[in-house]
Amino acid sequence: MISLTVNNKILKLDIEPQMPLLYALRDELKLTGTKFGCGAGQCGACTVHLDGQAIRSCITPVSAVEGKKITTIEGLSDKKEHQIQIAWKEFKVPQCGYCQSGQMMSASALLKQNSNPTEQDIESFMQGNICRCGTYKRIKAAIQSAAKSNKGMS
Amino acid sequence: MKNIKNVSRRDFLKLSGIAASTFMLGVNLPTSKAQAHDDSAHELNFFVSIDTSGEVTLICHRSEMGQGIRTSVPQIIAEELEADWSKVSVVQAKADKKYGSQGTAGSASIRSHFTTIRKMGAIARDMLEQAAANIWQVDKSQVKAKQHYVHHKATGQKISFGELAKHAAKLTPPEQKTVKLKSNSDFSLIGKDVKQVDLDEIVAGKAQYAQDIQLPNMLIASIQRPPVVGGKVKSFDASEAKKIKGVVDVIQLKVRPFPVNVMPLSGIAVVATNTWAAIEGRKKLKIEWDHGDKHVHNSESFRKELISKVNSKGIKVSSKGDVYAHNYNQKNTLEATYTVPYINHAPMETPAATAMIEGDKCTVWAGTQNPQWAQGMVAQELGLKREDAHKVELNVTLMGGAFGRKSKGDFIVEAVELAKATGRPVKVIWSREDDIKHGFYHSIAANYLKAEILDNGKVDNLISRNAYPPIGWLFNDKTKQPSDSQLSLGFADLPFDLNTLSYENHEVDSFVRPGWVRSVACINNGFALGSFVDELAVKAHVSTRKMWLDLIGSNRIVDPTEDGFKYSNYSLDAKVHPIDTKRIKNLINLISDKAKVEQQLPEGQGWGISFLRSFGSFVAAATKVEVKDKKVTVLEMHTAVDCGIVVTPDRVKAQMEGAMVFGLSIALMGEITVDKGIVKQSNFHDYPVTRMNQVPKLFVHLVDSDAPPGGIGEPGVPPVAPSITNAIYHASKTRIRDLPVNKVFQV
Repeated sequence: MISLTVNNKILKLDIEPQMPLLYALRDELKLTGTKFGCGAGQCGACTVHLDGQAIRSCITPVSAVEGKKITTIEGLSDKKEHQIQIAWKEFKVPQCGYCQSGQMMSASALLKQNSNPTEQDIESFMQGNICRCGTYKRIKAAIQSAAKSNKGMS
Repeated sequence: MKNIKNVSRRDFLKLSGIAASTFMLGVNLPTSKAQAHDDSAHELNFFVSIDTSGEVTLICHRSEMGQGIRTSVPQIIAEELEADWSKVSVVQAKADKKYGSQGTAGSASIRSHFTTIRKMGAIARDMLEQAAANIWQVDKSQVKAKQHYVHHKATGQKISFGELAKHAAKLTPPEQKTVKLKSNSDFSLIGKDVKQVDLDEIVAGKAQYAQDIQLPNMLIASIQRPPVVGGKVKSFDASEAKKIKGVVDVIQLKVRPFPVNVMPLSGIAVVATNTWAAIEGRKKLKIEWDHGDKHVHNSESFRKELISKVNSKGIKVSSKGDVYAHNYNQKNTLEATYTVPYINHAPMETPAATAMIEGDKCTVWAGTQNPQWAQGMVAQELGLKREDAHKVELNVTLMGGAFGRKSKGDFIVEAVELAKATGRPVKVIWSREDDIKHGFYHSIAANYLKAEILDNGKVDNLISRNAYPPIGWLFNDKTKQPSDSQLSLGFADLPFDLNTLSYENHEVDSFVRPGWVRSVACINNGFALGSFVDELAVKAHVSTRKMWLDLIGSNRIVDPTEDGFKYSNYSLDAKVHPIDTKRIKNLINLISDKAKVEQQLPEGQGWGISFLRSFGSFVAAATKVEVKDKKVTVLEMHTAVDCGIVVTPDRVKAQMEGAMVFGLSIALMGEITVDKGIVKQSNFHDYPVTRMNQVPKLFVHLVDSDAPPGGIGEPGVPPVAPSITNAIYHASKTRIRDLPVNKVFQV
């Protein structure tokens, strides 16, 4: 049995320890907000937080995350929306939307470690997340806006 | 009241899955002229429903892949209906021929169906107005619908749509000819940005894509397909695969004959209780393949063959005068050959579909651009008669990108074949490697252009040839040439003022599956054209803007059929959607002025521009690059678009932004290579696509226009790549004639 802490819930699963977290989330826990994109840690569609850090769940075995705090897009904010989600709506970022869970998880992890990122910081942190629709311009603008409003709050 | 009826409540609920409503309108409208040749597609059917509280439900019959159609179609209906947008909800249509064409491709949803979609709203509005007129006992001309109410002009009284719904439901729909559409100046919703219908769900991570379907007792399949198209399994050993915990079975898929059509490629499927087990089981398969005839293919030697083909006279597509009787002044003549490699769609969501068979009922969930085509394929797979295709319930999910890949239903039939074989619901998920290696690629292509700069500075005596595996080969493997409609994609429809010209094509064999990739042959034709015009400008020592304007000449309507070509004009009526040189020249000037492409730049920087009219829209692109130490950095990109009436401006801008990023991928990095019939690339490390750090500042310039709407999903792409390579030339004097750029420069 593998014990996972996902979105503040402790869950016990009868799965192989080598199973990547992505498939445990999607197939076993039915948390389908986290997406499959490449299976090789190259596109960022599967990004979740592990103790607040962005990780690629498609190449992270569940055995490596036991006892740690996993957050998915479904748990990004408890009640009201996360600053990043508000900004994503304001800038109408998504086109097909498929990669956007991963984009938002990466962006929120970035802001957690760097509340005032430069354009270069954003590009460098976000270049692991591919958007084939090409919404990068709006992603960047949304992150900058969320950073600004965060500052106002703190 | 032919073709129009109030559908029964039961029919409507069955069709749409909508909860109880009072006023339900089903309308069959004659299709737009574009499809009038096809008898089977003679009806369009849209549904409006209004309940007693005034909530309006509209059906979107087109598929959403990120272009925003689930917003724009309802927006058009709501405009004519005079509905309050905040009271509108949208239901996705299942596959049903009653809706007319649901094939979401060719950037056609709005450009081909604008009027018919509007009529649906207008007919419903007319009936609400009639209902109110009846209540007030006045003539219908005395009332007017506005923002969810019908108003009595003289008294100022009003009745809400919700109250009127039950009365309207009892009326006979009007003759559609008598129903007036709004004039453009009365639009209050068309041309306004409304919130995307799916925005909240997407941002919450709750939007449902094909890969997200979950059913009780469902199995997940991962399929090892023949590495070479047409290959077969010689023998296989599944014993190790079956030992993996969670693997339920290993199934050999049926062999599919040529022509490959858009049917599955066959192979060996591992079905398991979870995705990971299916993937791990598949790794343990031992398969010996018979690679078949296509094993001989090597894309690099094939590219050279195509170059050699286009450098010799081809098969006439159309011509004017006789270029071959002309004596070219070699000094003033430019000849150039351009190539584009195989390109893959690589949508972020790989192909996926789920099928469930219970008794004689088959239910499918798929991210498909073409629900009815898929439905027909499933019916055929199940041995149903064509007229019984409706027995297959095909649910359309959101697509995580598509770009043409998901027009093809191969992955859907795979799910059905496996659901049948296992007796359980099966979800087929393609890995990224599957997607890269077994795609329907944009064809590797060579284009040749030759023209002469005359003593008076005018360009003439144009020869334009192309050669590439035609998409028609999918459906008939004897096909060696593109259809006229494929040759209408930025090839034999040039808007130039020339006295003598020849368009030619060559016969070409096919080895991998060719397919429609966002803007199709406009990718290679647009690259060649945009590059050649820039090369002519350089040779003639004039600006690229001037070369374009001179080539185009006076304000007029260009008619490619004058030279004997069966021009398809993207299935649009040429009278309504003409090749209007005034609009083209306006765009060339607009992009040049907005981007300031003639400004003086520091050493090592350059601007490039290009243009292509495609899918009924006019798009110009401008790119600024820096070339330093063999590295290209893209600094700034612009597109200017004249797509006629704009329904949702922000989504048009989003499509143009996306097209610039897609075009960047094509220009800089996108290349599928093949050796021994096997695709070499496998994932994003060797098939790179644009990432955020490669994207410069992007600008979109929308032309305000009253013209009928053109397409928007594809037309942004073709001018982008040549604008980039032209910029590289002006920055470095290095001319890129063979894409992608990363063969020569770091990107």
